Amino acid sequence: MTNHWTDIKNADVILIMGGNAAEAHPCGFKWVTEAKAKNKARLVVVDPRFTRSAALADLYAPIRTGTDIAFLGGVINYLITNDKVHMDYIKSYTDMSFLVKEEFAFAEGFFSGYDADKRKYDKASWEYQMGADGYVKSDPSLQDPHCVWNLMKAHFSRYTPDVVENICGTPKAKFLQVAELLASSHTPDRVMTILYALGWTQHSVGSQIIRTAAMMQLLLGNIGRAGGGVNALRGHSNIQGLTDLGLLSNLLPGYMTLPGEKETDYDQYITKRAPKPMRPGQMSYWQNYGKFHVSLMKAWYGAAATKENNWAFDYLPKLDKTYDVLQVFELMHQGKMNGYVAQGFNPLNSFPNKAKVGAALSKLKFLVIIDPLATETSEFWQNHGEFNDVDPAKIQTTVFRLPSTCFAEEDGAIINSGRWLQWHWKGAEPPGEAKGDPEIMAGIFLRLREMYKKDGGAFPDPILNLTWPYKVPHEPSAEELAKEYNGKTFADQLDPKDPTKLVKKAGELLDSFAQLKDDGSTASGCWIFTGAWTEKGNMMARRDNADPYQNGQTLGWAFAWPANRRILYNRAAADPSGKPWDPKRKQVWWDGAQGKWVGSDVPDFKVDSAPEDGMSPFIMNPEGVARFFARGMMNEGPFPEHYEPFETPIGVNPMHPNNPKATSNPAARVFKGDMEAFGKAKEFPYAATTYRLTEHFHYWTKHVESNAIIQPEQFVEIGEALAAEKGIKAGDKVKVSSNRGYIKAVAVVTKRIQPLKVDGKTVHHVGIPLHWGFKGVAKNGFITNTLTPFVGDGNTQTPEFKSFLVNVEKA
Amino acid sequence: MQLSRRQFFKVAAGGLTGSSLVAMGFSPTAALAEVRTFKLARTTETRNTCPYCSVGCGIIMYSLGDRAKNAHAEIIHIEGDPDHPVNRGTLCPKGAGLLDFVHSKNRLKYPEVREPGSKEWKRIGWDEAFGRIAKLIKEDRDANFIAKNADGVTVNRWLSTGFLAASASSNESGYITHKVVRSLGMLAFDNQARV
Repeated sequence: MTNHWTDIKNADVILIMGGNAAEAHPCGFKWVTEAKAKNKARLVVVDPRFTRSAALADLYAPIRTGTDIAFLGGVINYLITNDKVHMDYIKSYTDMSFLVKEEFAFAEGFFSGYDADKRKYDKASWEYQMGADGYVKSDPSLQDPHCVWNLMKAHFSRYTPDVVENICGTPKAKFLQVAELLASSHTPDRVMTILYALGWTQHSVGSQIIRTAAMMQLLLGNIGRAGGGVNALRGHSNIQGLTDLGLLSNLLPGYMTLPGEKETDYDQYITKRAPKPMRPGQMSYWQNYGKFHVSLMKAWYGAAATKENNWAFDYLPKLDKTYDVLQVFELMHQGKMNGYVAQGFNPLNSFPNKAKVGAALSKLKFLVIIDPLATETSEFWQNHGEFNDVDPAKIQTTVFRLPSTCFAEEDGAIINSGRWLQWHWKGAEPPGEAKGDPEIMAGIFLRLREMYKKDGGAFPDPILNLTWPYKVPHEPSAEELAKEYNGKTFADQLDPKDPTKLVKKAGELLDSFAQLKDDGSTASGCWIFTGAWTEKGNMMARRDNADPYQNGQTLGWAFAWPANRRILYNRAAADPSGKPWDPKRKQVWWDGAQGKWVGSDVPDFKVDSAPEDGMSPFIMNPEGVARFFARGMMNEGPFPEHYEPFETPIGVNPMHPNNPKATSNPAARVFKGDMEAFGKAKEFPYAATTYRLTEHFHYWTKHVESNAIIQPEQFVEIGEALAAEKGIKAGDKVKVSSNRGYIKAVAVVTKRIQPLKVDGKTVHHVGIPLHWGFKGVAKNGFITNTLTPFVGDGNTQTPEFKSFLVNVEKA
Repeated sequence: MQLSRRQFFKVAAGGLTGSSLVAMGFSPTAALAEVRTFKLARTTETRNTCPYCSVGCGIIMYSLGDRAKNAHAEIIHIEGDPDHPVNRGTLCPKGAGLLDFVHSKNRLKYPEVREPGSKEWKRIGWDEAFGRIAKLIKEDRDANFIAKNADGVTVNRWLSTGFLAASASSNESGYITHKVVRSLGMLAFDNQARV
């Protein structure tokens, strides 16, 4: 979230799309009802199903799954053509006046540079025109046909209300009502927030959906403002933290990235990630990248990371490509992997095409499961009848199952969607012999290290030199680890403004990432968390819920990264002169008398940079401003374009009916064999989408008695019209099949799903809750991801769980 | 009369039962019929965070035992933390069932192994588990570690074993997991955020 849960109360308009907060995030959704009750906010819900969020909405619009770019693109076109943009905001805070290379083009569904054989773009033309002064060229008069504003206007002019209706199935009048309400937030005194979740990310165009939303929010001037922002409601309690800590194939902690194998030169590796400002007077905060990186390497490798060995640059594995989970299971399926460890993760249920995932696991030599619960993955080799019909004798994988603690049995911090690091305390011992994850990791690692010490082996250096300063080596404590990621200094630090003053003594914990150095004198395991545990104590454990400005910022509650800021980009809450856009919303503003930025939040800005200095609010971008034009940062184009899901119920992209190669995301990666496993509408005519129930959490609560009682049995949801067509009555058992397998479940026939008219055809949706499996205390059921396709978003490779094709018949 | 819940329990347990319960809106007859104090009054309170979705609701766990060395702490009740600025004491149907998660009969208790081709689990000790896993990891890493690519460039990567990290484990677990996994040169590494 750019903002956070309590801040939702500050909104005037709330758009819930690609999510269903009322059921999936109920206690956060209470701030939506608070905004409605206390702030007269209007709630808009756009969803294929009339969800419980929709039931409380002022305005609900149905939409076909996977067509959100068309819908939001239509809103962008509406805002531009009806002059409902916050012009003063975008003129100062976005790239709208920047000039793009003249070679940049878009035609027939492809941007310039497409290579159809490789399904990839050469992105050279997706870049700015640079001036002789080394800065991006700009035309503040907005007359140049190649300025971002004019390119964007032309791009979205195609998304008319009629086009939206034709692609999304949303009745035109309904779409216009929504557009009008969203547009009402373009004035400085009104703010809109967007709440989304996996309903946006789990598409082959997921990242571009979110970009479209961000562009819309920029046009309306809603980024950086209380009650505004683009707010990802994360699916699990510490997905935010594990992402921040970089536990992804290509990342390092704090959104730093691993080197690619072509990056052989350390200095170039750092320089590329530390861009110089692209406009005069801008901060480009990533210029400090080297300090964060060196401090990380000092935290991990201590004395073994030296200036001479480029801070142990050789210890970092170099990427030839990203090994995301789809890539990894593809390799496993090809028999190219031998071992796998799943820590608190249930891939058999969580990844698409269960048959492929199960077959892949069967080819492993060993699998290690670390979990508090008996997961399906841990028993992928066991015959569970129709739910998992395998022959154990034929599966040669050795499987270890290690019991771990749950939340109640450990100390530590987890990070909510609002980026709050909240500390929790152990309340009981775990059952049996269960151990905490740090103890299990230490148990494996220390034995491994002992073997490398004794017997040697492949490149043992990083293993032998990994810092392990824990008082009880086999049981690192949460406190020790938290202090390690916070960071400390090895040398005295003097005040840069007054060198006679000592700011930090050698050995002390650091207060801020501004104190990190690239000379090896500081260590920090995750720079964005610096400040979480300082010499003053554990900031994540703070429990002061005072809210002096009554805008919900509670700066004394826990610790928010970065630097305890609650709303990102909050400099944009003030106009270029430093005065709040809306005097009623007290966020941050320039205090001329004190010569600094002050307010109810920690300013996300250089605190002493006066407005007349001309520094722009988006300090992480080298441009200093937000980007409508994504340059080469997205794989399928610098502007979002509608592409159909890989399994499309209409078989054609109405935006590009004459170019079948632009039907679905032209730059998405599809493995051999998976393209063939996509179903066609002729055999599988219905648009399916998976979702969560309010009574269940993922695949965990089927192990929980109270939840199993209130929602015991697997079901699928179909509309009355489809049920009538198929002769299905509520309570009938139905078989739902895709090109990859089938599930059987009870039919729930509802008014919540209505047929939509799309491109001249009637499209029915089938809603499939995802919570069942063959382990648990609820009634056993089929794994929903038996049905889903093995293809991911063109940038993140997040699987397309939310749009695929099925057939439904009476079982 | 303003009483916090804590004070209320103290007062109730201290013999002023009748009058203070009246002040709290309870009828004295019902209260006096209570032959012993509420079990919750003698529990230990521990603050925690709901492990399910990302709202991060504050919870209070009540356990039997006073944290004395030989007292076995058992959590007997979990409720929303009223001081928490987001959930203000409330919980959803998932969070309200947390006690049954902690005590689920499907909680794993002992390390186990399923040998190749076998139909069943076998209980093993931690030492055996750690030892065997470390050996398998080392064998695979030593056999398949790629020090240099085809162009002779140092890449120091290991691709034939992968690791999936969790979605609800703590930052501290995540941090040490990342530290260990990368030191091995592993790239087939993701967490639930990928999906």
